[in-house]
Amino acid sequence: MPLNIRTYHDLTEPDASGLLQQVIAQRGRVATRLAEVGRVVAVMSGKGGVGKSFVTAHLARACARSGRAVGVLDADLNGPTAARLLEAPRVPLTVRDDAVLPAVAADGVRLISMAQLLEDGRPLAFRGPEAESFIWRGAQEVAALREFLSDIAWGPLDLLFVDLPPGLGRFAELATLLPTPPAVLTVTIPTPESGDAVRRALRAAIERGAPALGIVENMVGNQFPGDAADSLAAEFDLPVLARIPFHPQDAVWSALAARL
Amino acid sequence: MKFLCIECDRQMTFEERELPGDGTLAVSFSCPACGRRVGMLTNPFETQLVSSLGVVIGGRTVPEQPLEMVRSTVATGKESAFGESKGPETGGGAVAWSADALERLAKVPNFVRGMVKRIYAEYARDHGISEITPALMDTARTELGLEGM
Repeated sequence: MPLNIRTYHDLTEPDASGLLQQVIAQRGRVATRLAEVGRVVAVMSGKGGVGKSFVTAHLARACARSGRAVGVLDADLNGPTAARLLEAPRVPLTVRDDAVLPAVAADGVRLISMAQLLEDGRPLAFRGPEAESFIWRGAQEVAALREFLSDIAWGPLDLLFVDLPPGLGRFAELATLLPTPPAVLTVTIPTPESGDAVRRALRAAIERGAPALGIVENMVGNQFPGDAADSLAAEFDLPVLARIPFHPQDAVWSALAARL
Repeated sequence: MKFLCIECDRQMTFEERELPGDGTLAVSFSCPACGRRVGMLTNPFETQLVSSLGVVIGGRTVPEQPLEMVRSTVATGKESAFGESKGPETGGGAVAWSADALERLAKVPNFVRGMVKRIYAEYARDHGISEITPALMDTARTELGLEGM
């Protein structure tokens, strides 16, 4: 015998839990916190090992040296490196009322990274049932990313760089949490293999409505032959913003910073 | 997730939640028409999933703390990761801590201790309680769903 029951959305009586309202409030806190941020730039690749974090750190420092207020959010929760690259002081983060103050790293870049919170040499592990942890671990990481966005007292910033891990997932999560999709700065190395991986990631970002700023080609030289940056630039009608050699000088970073 | 009293065709209302142990989250609902009560029990995976979303079934009764999810769920957090500011407490008057309560608080890992202290203080203020005792900590822990705190 059919239940002939109403649907979830037919039940409109007041709900003490207000779960939807709680989620809306979470997003509202992100929007409020980032209201003072001029531009969020996601540094992405889709390919591991191309130097996203290296580019992020040195670009952020160059922007700061040019007089802009800059923050870096290390969204690579499982392999965080931004704290070391930005020479962040190894001091406790200050908790103040409704927020945590970011560390102030090299050249005044403000920083939050999971590396500042984890015991040295230990992986990011969450409390919870270990068996079948894939069910909830992804949600836990998104929650951590959301709190890095909403609970860090960034203050007024011209630029907030978000250093993404390899792959597409974290960008999609970031785009969901932000009021509008972030601008993307795409990093590749010259090889066609890198170009293939970066192409997928860049297309995914553009399809989500993210404005693409351009391509940065890293590790340029004889070690990695190819023309991935030029190919991607032509395909997506984007500029190649910089070609970064091994052991780049400050002038390379300053030139890139001037183009953002 | 909502509960419907089929006989009355009325949406059931939240009553209370508890953490009885074993990773179970227990939530009771009742029908506003006939008073029928039901209990929802989640298994540890479901409890964790709800927790991971950063939402509280039954609604929040104390304000969310900064980095609350990170601090309450990361198992490999550094003891020296956070330093609480020395500024005045927010949200009303000061709350006293009994010696036993302080002793218990001292056993909480430093990674989460400052946040736990603020949550208990907020709870006490919210309930007009002037001194935090271990019994109050137990009550708040259960009522707020602060497993492991």
